[in-house]
Amino acid sequence: MTLPNRPGPQPTYFQRDRAWHPPALTPQYKTSVTRSPERALLSMPQTLSETTGPIFGHDMLGAHDADLLMNFAQSGGSPIGERIIVHGRVLDETGRGVPGALIEIWQANAGGRYRHAKESYIAPLDPNFGGCGRTITGHDGSYAFRTVRPGPYPWPNRVNDWRPAHIHFSLFGTAFAQRLITQMYFEGDPHIWLCPIVGGIPSREAIETLIAALDMNNSIPMDARAYKFDIVLRGARQTMFENQPEGA
Amino acid sequence: MVQKIDHLKESPSQTAGPYVHIGCVPNFCGLSGVYPADPGAVMTNDATKGERISVTGCVYDGVGAELRDVLVEIWQADADGIYPGNDPRGPADPNFTGWGRQAGDYGTGEWTFQTIRPGPVPFPDGRLQAPHITFWVVARGINTGLHTRMYFPDVDTAADPVLSRIEHKARIPTLIASETGPNAFRFDIHLHGDQETVFFDM
Repeated sequence: MTLPNRPGPQPTYFQRDRAWHPPALTPQYKTSVTRSPERALLSMPQTLSETTGPIFGHDMLGAHDADLLMNFAQSGGSPIGERIIVHGRVLDETGRGVPGALIEIWQANAGGRYRHAKESYIAPLDPNFGGCGRTITGHDGSYAFRTVRPGPYPWPNRVNDWRPAHIHFSLFGTAFAQRLITQMYFEGDPHIWLCPIVGGIPSREAIETLIAALDMNNSIPMDARAYKFDIVLRGARQTMFENQPEGA
Repeated sequence: MVQKIDHLKESPSQTAGPYVHIGCVPNFCGLSGVYPADPGAVMTNDATKGERISVTGCVYDGVGAELRDVLVEIWQADADGIYPGNDPRGPADPNFTGWGRQAGDYGTGEWTFQTIRPGPVPFPDGRLQAPHITFWVVARGINTGLHTRMYFPDVDTAADPVLSRIEHKARIPTLIASETGPNAFRFDIHLHGDQETVFFDM
């Protein structure tokens, strides 16, 4: 098989603003101390290895994958807690919706307890709650999950650190260079401003982009409240004037 | 005043935390019955073209302890150097996913990918890059996922356009796997300290 040596014009992605993200070393989050690279990251141009990425089809999804009220519940059961819908769009930095993006989420139950062998918090497991969900964004980048609002929980860092209520989000865009894991927080939670993991993010402005807003217009009366959470992945550059050798 | 460039900012990264398994590899952590299989667990099938290889390793912290809560993903081309999914040059081997995801063992921290040796992929200027596998590492204590690459010890990498950008040549071996047996490679990743792996910003 013979391949063209030049891949031809293809999108590349905006430089990641490392001053906007948390630095690798955030000493108030103690585990980062020995897990943070000390040397500068090596800058390199994006190649096909970074501008391509895996594609996930809707056929991988089960009927209740995005419904955490249903996907682990015993027959006839339902998890304890505040019923919520978490919805929004996956966008890129140019504001375009990212269709076909796989979103995976995980969270504690309403009491702040994760269903995990290494979790030792005294709060009980909920027999009807697993804590994982996934979906693939629609043509406009939109997505929705149904779940319970997770509880805050204590964690071994400083003597009395508590995580704000949060949902973990893992995202695939169209390129592996866009790969991102982040966390969603809830409007009005005072723990957001006390948390050393959140506090690793350098600016208040950046932190606020991770706080979902109560969205009464999309709440279901007498059933579930909604929180709106948009996620932004790296933007694709236009390819104008690129890969066109002069005189070609 | 000038016109505004109305770009959004990328959502800030946050650590995957110690319970990343629940969302990404639920079956691995005993959360069965939600998804039929963990995504990325299997990359090949009987019809996949190319040389079968295994890649095993650990991720180590700055004290030399293995991370037992790490999640590692890889992304690579097929045997002909085409990426599955959205490679603009055309379709890849339909029997190869190109993407793998493994969690470190709870006891030893070790992970293994069963895959194939990738073909070479061109650099933007047309030069060929040496065959490589892209790695992405997340864990508790890692605030932003780390990108790196694994190259093969039995392929000449002297002309590779990415490796040749590394000023401190003594660090290049951190990106080259060792061969531990027939078609078996080991690639350890060091997050911090004297043996620190080269990580990329691209």
